Formats: sequence, structure tokens, C-alpha cells
Amino acid sequence: MTTTIERPEVITPEELGGPDGHGPEEQHGDAGHGHEGPSGILNWLTSTDHKVIGVSYMITSLVTFFIAGIMAMVIRSQLLDPHTSLVSFQTYNELFTMHGSLMMYLFAGPFAFGGLANYIVPLQVGAPDMAFPRLNALSYWLYLSGVITMLSGFLVAGGAASFGWVSYAPLSNATNSPGAGSDLWLMALALTGFSAIFTGVNLVATIFYLRAPGMTMFRIPIFSWNMLVTAILILIAFPVLFAAVVMLFCDRHFGTHIFSVQGGGSPILWQHLFWFFGHPEVYILALPYFGMVTDILPVFSRKPVFGYKGMVFATMSIAGLSTGVWAHHMFTTGVVLLPFFSLLSYLIAVPTGIKFFNWIGTMWRGQLSFQTPMLFCVGFLLVFLVGGVTGVLLASPPVDFLTHDTYYVVAHFHNVLIGTAVFAGFGGFYFWYPKMFGRMLRESLGKLHFWFLFVGFWVAFMPQYLLGLHGMPRRVASYAPDTGWTTLNVVSTLGAYVIGFSFFFFLINLWVSWRKPVPSGSNPWDAHGLEWFTTSPPPHHNYTHLPPIRSERPTWDYNHPEHRTIVHKPKDKKSSDPPDRTKEPAGAPS
Amino acid sequence: MTDPSTGPIDPSPSRVRGGRGGRRRWITALAIGAPLLLAGCNWYPSYGADPGVTRQGHNTFKLYSGMTTVGIIVGGAVMLLIIWTVLRYRKRSDEIPKQFHENGPIEVLYTVVPVLIVAVLFVFTVITENDVDATQSATASFTSSGPSSGEPVVDITVTAFQWGWRFDYTGLNVGVAGELTNGPNNHGPQMVVPVGETLQITLVSNDTIHGFYLRDFNFSRYAQPGVTNIFDFNVLRAGTFDGQCTQFCGLYHSEMLFSIRAVSPAAFETWASAEVAAGHTLQGSPSGAENNPPPNTRITSTPPPNSGSSAAPSATTNAKAPA
Repeated sequence: MTTTIERPEVITPEELGGPDGHGPEEQHGDAGHGHEGPSGILNWLTSTDHKVIGVSYMITSLVTFFIAGIMAMVIRSQLLDPHTSLVSFQTYNELFTMHGSLMMYLFAGPFAFGGLANYIVPLQVGAPDMAFPRLNALSYWLYLSGVITMLSGFLVAGGAASFGWVSYAPLSNATNSPGAGSDLWLMALALTGFSAIFTGVNLVATIFYLRAPGMTMFRIPIFSWNMLVTAILILIAFPVLFAAVVMLFCDRHFGTHIFSVQGGGSPILWQHLFWFFGHPEVYILALPYFGMVTDILPVFSRKPVFGYKGMVFATMSIAGLSTGVWAHHMFTTGVVLLPFFSLLSYLIAVPTGIKFFNWIGTMWRGQLSFQTPMLFCVGFLLVFLVGGVTGVLLASPPVDFLTHDTYYVVAHFHNVLIGTAVFAGFGGFYFWYPKMFGRMLRESLGKLHFWFLFVGFWVAFMPQYLLGLHGMPRRVASYAPDTGWTTLNVVSTLGAYVIGFSFFFFLINLWVSWRKPVPSGSNPWDAHGLEWFTTSPPPHHNYTHLPPIRSERPTWDYNHPEHRTIVHKPKDKKSSDPPDRTKEPAGAPS
Repeated sequence: MTDPSTGPIDPSPSRVRGGRGGRRRWITALAIGAPLLLAGCNWYPSYGADPGVTRQGHNTFKLYSGMTTVGIIVGGAVMLLIIWTVLRYRKRSDEIPKQFHENGPIEVLYTVVPVLIVAVLFVFTVITENDVDATQSATASFTSSGPSSGEPVVDITVTAFQWGWRFDYTGLNVGVAGELTNGPNNHGPQMVVPVGETLQITLVSNDTIHGFYLRDFNFSRYAQPGVTNIFDFNVLRAGTFDGQCTQFCGLYHSEMLFSIRAVSPAAFETWASAEVAAGHTLQGSPSGAENNPPPNTRITSTPPPNSGSSAAPSATTNAKAPA
């Protein structure tokens, strides 16, 4: 079955009877339905619709997130007291390995580029679907297999993998980690790695080739821009991970000695390969969430994004630099060129700083309203800022000697990753949920979720900076009572419980919105992007008609003709621009 | 660079004079004195870290402290700006704000200023890093007959293994080892070192990667199979300092503790001769405390640590090579 891709008609406000602030769903709400194939479970199993696949990705990754979150609760409970024996050492080692692996490989990435991006990017660029719908379905099924494969490690003799999410050789070789759980872990990485590569290919092709008429590169919303750059980073980084995983598998089973000293191999090679994937991976996890924030802040500030092109170039330079900083994870190995990797790591602070100031500039002199998505974005700004500042410190090799592999680093990357994947990620979820399901989430429950999460975050992770500076290493299942780490650990654990508790509000919110739906209409936030022009949820092939696309926020321009985004120089206009039959407003709107 | 021991500028003399005129002067003194007090007292605020008991560690500490100060100032300013923006521009009316979306000069400014900030931080980083990583060529050894000619160097080969440490004093024929160090007041094998001398550590591992980390030294370095890391310490004061493996290395990673006791050079020589007399020598020294696995562990696939660690001197391959 091939999907025919039809170019939707371009319409103008006059044709629709003028802007009404609600989009055109009244006239065209049901258009496009009826193309769908079988319904129910069979629809889900056979669908190649990017929206169905995107929702599947989101559900799977959220389930993964909750499983990994429960593991975090057990980990924190173990550390409540110096010699708590809630779980054995072996189980503890399995738990932190799986917590990290699930969060890094199977939640933070897939939630963004498999879930939200899959759903939103085709809508934002005005495409009827992803470029390769069946490849997209394959991506999801590979990803789901990866999740099941990794979790099944707990069922085999010897337990799940227990060498940390970085799987350093030679700890991960057949002698030190002989169990089948380790092999399942490697298999899971291979499966999800391919899933990510296929999604990357799909996103690049979709953004390059399926944009609607008028959607030039510099009119793509920042979220889709960041997804394009992320997809390119995926294509750079994931093949390296896959190669490393294959090599490690050969070492474990086929007698090669790529990572073993005894056979003339090099354990350090694993770290180079892993971090050559691993540091771009950090930005593969961060850039989509930066994009979400950049799309959400303007909506709730009622202004265009500040410094659009600066944002695009900052994203590109972050991506470029991220391929040259991998060895800052290896400063304490003693075998890397410290000044080079230190300098490049420092430089990443510059584009990240540009993004921060652009986010502030977007809010500057706006009319800020604090619905749940906006609260989460402001939370992201504050949480990520602290992670960014401590990241600059860690770019300095001597400071890294002081903090490496201590809880300081643990606190740092939770600042960064919870800031992005949780604060920005759930902000994006609250923001686009009405588009995906045509119903609203409750504001009161959303705000409770935010405030518990926000307070719990600081209580949980600020003490960890101090713990690290007081010498507590990461990945320890117990510590001596006379180290003086107990109090801070208790505080941190209580904060973690508050974080865990906050998600009950989220689950209740989902349940309430499912049982007692409040219809959202096509554009409940008076949002900017093209995706808000169509119905909620969108019809099978997304659009039956499109507004004129003159900027990165066509829906806003359509709904607020008197406050349209000013196009300075029509230099980047392509000949494919449809004729604009509406009048350009004379002069700048005041 | 004010010495931390120099006292703060005390505003009390102006307060003693009292009176209305004195009150004004007191405020002036406070206005000038408070920043000086902050600066004088805490030119290098600790921010939770240790000032460092080695010369190298103290330099690292100064860099950490200075960078944290810069981070707090810059990060704090940005955070205040975010909070101020959020509060100042909260929605007051339904009027649509001005739709501006760029400002060239400001965008250039906040690109250039961060470049300058990180450039300065980078320069200080390189200066500190060169000092911390500098090693003396170990031509002169600190032997049992006392310091030989030239700069004295105490050579210690540190071997990390699952799950313990071995310290071999090559020039002194002393070897100390210990493993699995869980228990009250047991902080693992102890490395005794002389204060003031240059210590040269050669760090190796024969099984997995371990992290040689001393909180009070502000230092960590991996012990890796296939890599020999060499670094120097100049311990500045006597005391006992706890260390621990920081790089996850398997089942009992949490219990891989050690400590360093820094003593006077004379006491160090006495200790060394006592160790030799006790038979704790380079080859075949009896290993230190060899505890049973702690009660709350379940061993699934990994065998308990090989009890022959005492027979595994630093330079030979480990018995755990894959078949």
C-alpha cells in the first residue's frame, strides 16, 4: 500500500471568510477522515501514520520512564542510611545500570525524536506524513523490541547488565560480566540504535523534501530545525555506537581481543568509541528539548521567537562542537590531550548562552501567561541554567580531577537531563497534548505536577553537589557511617520521593482528561506553528488546506493579520512561494 | 592573592567612637568593609571542597574556587534576569505586545562576552593543569638510606585490583596491600608518605578500570589495564586522608577504600624500616585485612575475589585473564 502525497491547497483568509481566531475546523473539521485503514488494535499494529507511531513511541517511552523512575526510588532508598540493605550489591548495580540505560537510550531520546518529533515535525513543516512511513513503523517496532530486550535482562540467570550505562571495557567483557543480561543489553542497544538511525533518515528526508509551499528553510519552526540537526547528529553518532557494540559482542563471544590488553587490544578504545557516540548523544537528547522550549515560550509571551537565525546557528554550532568534545569524559584517563578537549567544551557554553539570552529576549516585553507548558519551560530555564554553569566548571580538567565520578557529576547531569527531558519534555507534552488528542489536560493538576517536581528537584539534587564535593563517589551501594554523608543523602532521598510523588498528578491528569474530556479546539493556546492550523487531532493526512506561509508562525499570522511577523528581506523567498493574495500590512505594527 | 590567614578588616574601631557622626562613619566602614571582609576572609571560598593538602591539590582548589565564583556571578545574574523577566512581564492586559524579534547589537554582545569569559577561564585552566600534571623525572630516589642527591622522589607503584589496593615502594622494598574493606573503622590499606617530599605515583591496574581518588588531594586518576599513569604529589601537612575507588569496577566497588597517612620524613623512615622488618616487602608480602564478603551481598556470577592477591605483585599480569 503506497501513500499518495497530495499537496494541499493554499487558502487565504478571504477564502475562509476571514480570520476567526479558531482556525478553519468548523468548515473542514472532518476532511481527510475515512482514509484510515482498520480500526482498533489492528490499526495500531499496521499503521504507518506518523501520528499513530508518534503516540505509540510516547506511550512506550513514558512507560520506560516510569519503570526507570521506580528504579531511581529504590536506588535513593538504598542510600538513605550508610549500610541499608534494601537490595544486595548485585541488585543495586543492576538497578543503576538499568536506570541510566533506560533513561538515556530508551526514554529521553525516543520520547523526543520518536515521539513528539514524529508527531509534530510533519505537521510543522506541512507534510502529510513522514517521508518513509513504513520505515517509520519499522523504527517503532525495533524500538519496542529494544525496550523489551533490555528489560528482559532481569529475567535471566545472573540478572540484568551491571556495568553502568557506559559499559566500560574490560568490566563488560565475558570474564567480568558473563551473564546473558549483558548480551541482552548489547542487543537492546543494537535494536534501538537502528531505530534511531531510521528515524534520523526519515526526519532529514521529511524536512528537506516534504515542506509545504512557502515553508523555506528559514521559516521552519525552531523545534523542527532542532530536530533536523538532531537527526544529522544521530546519523553521525549512532553508527559508531553500533560498531562499538558489535566489537564488544565479538570480544565476548568470538574470541576477538579488540578491547582486551591480553590480546593486544585497547580498553581505552571502548571509551573513545563510546564517547564519540556519547557526547553527541547528550545533544541528541538536549536539542529537541531546546526546540520545544523555543516553540513554547513565544506562544505564552505572545511574541515571535527572539533571534530566530541566532537560534538556528547556535543549534548548528552546538552540534558541530559536540562531535569534538568526547574526551572531556576521559580527562582522568591521563591519555587524552587536555587543552584541546577542554577548549572545545568551553566553547559549547557560547551557543548555549546565546540560546539562553534569546529565550529571555523572547519573553522580554511580552505578555507572559503561566499555563502549565509555560511553567515547565520556565522551570527548564532555571534548572538547566545550573546544569550549564556546572558544566562549564567540568570542562576544566583540574576541576574535573576534583569532581570526576563523584556525586557532583551525578548532580550536574541530572540538572541537565531532568531540565531537558523532564521539564522541557513534559512542557512539550502538556503543550501538544491538546493537538494530539483534541482534549485539554487540567491546569490545576498540571500546576501541582510542576510545583512538586520543581521543589522536589532542588531538594533532591542540590545536596548531591555537596555530597560529591565531600567525596562521595557515584555508583556506590553503601558508604561508611563516619563519612558524614548521611544527612545530605537523607535530604536528597526525600527530594526524590517528592519528584516521584509529583507524577501521580500527571497520571491523574491523564486519567481525568480521558474520562471527562474537555474539547480543546484546534488552537487552544493561540499558538504560532503550522500544526495549530489543522484540527485536533489532525485528519489522516494532516491538512486539507494551508494558510499562506510567510514566517515561522503561519497560524499566528493568519489569526492576527494586524500583528503579522515582519519579513525583512524577501531574499530567502523561493519561486515556489504561492501568490500572496492578502495585503502586506503597511509599515511595522506598533 | 590574600593569604586566607590574614584577618578581615574589622569595622569595630569606628563603631567604638559612637555618636551620630560615628554612626555614619560606621555605615561607610561597613559599606567598604563588607566586600573587603568577604574578599579578605574568603579570597578562595571553599564552596564545599577541600583546600587541598598537596601543592597540586591546592592549586586545583584555587581554580575550582575562582571558577565557581565566576559561575555564581554569571549564572546568578542570568537567573535573576530570568526571574525578573518572568515577574516583570507577566500578563497585565490582553493587548498584543510589540512583535519585535531581533536586536543585532545585543545579539553580538551576548556572543562576544561569553567568548571572552571562557577564554579567560581557559587560560587559568591551562596554567593550573600544567602544574597539576607536571612530573619530575624520577632520577633520584628516596631510599632507605635517606634522600640521595638531587630532588628527592618517593616512588610508589599503586596497583588497583578487584577489590583492593597495593602500594609498592620500589626504592624502599616495602609493599602494602589490602582488600574488601567493609567494616567499622576499617578504611582499607594505608599508604604512608612523608610530608614535604615529592611523591611520584605510578598507577596501574591489571583487571578492570579503577579510579584512584582522594577527596583531600582534589585529585583523581584512572588505573587502567594497558596504561601506566604517573603523577606527583607534594603533601603539605601531616594527617590521615581517606581515598576510594571512584570508577565503577564491579560487585564490591563500594568497598574499595584506602587511606593515606602523611607523616614527617623521619617518622616515614622509621615506618619503612618497621615494615621491612615485619616482612611487608615488595614480593610476597602478606596482604592486609582479607575480610569475608559483607553480609548483604549475593554473589551470582562473579566469583569472590581471588585470595591470591598477595601473590600478585604489581608488574605481572593478573590471574583473571580470559581463557
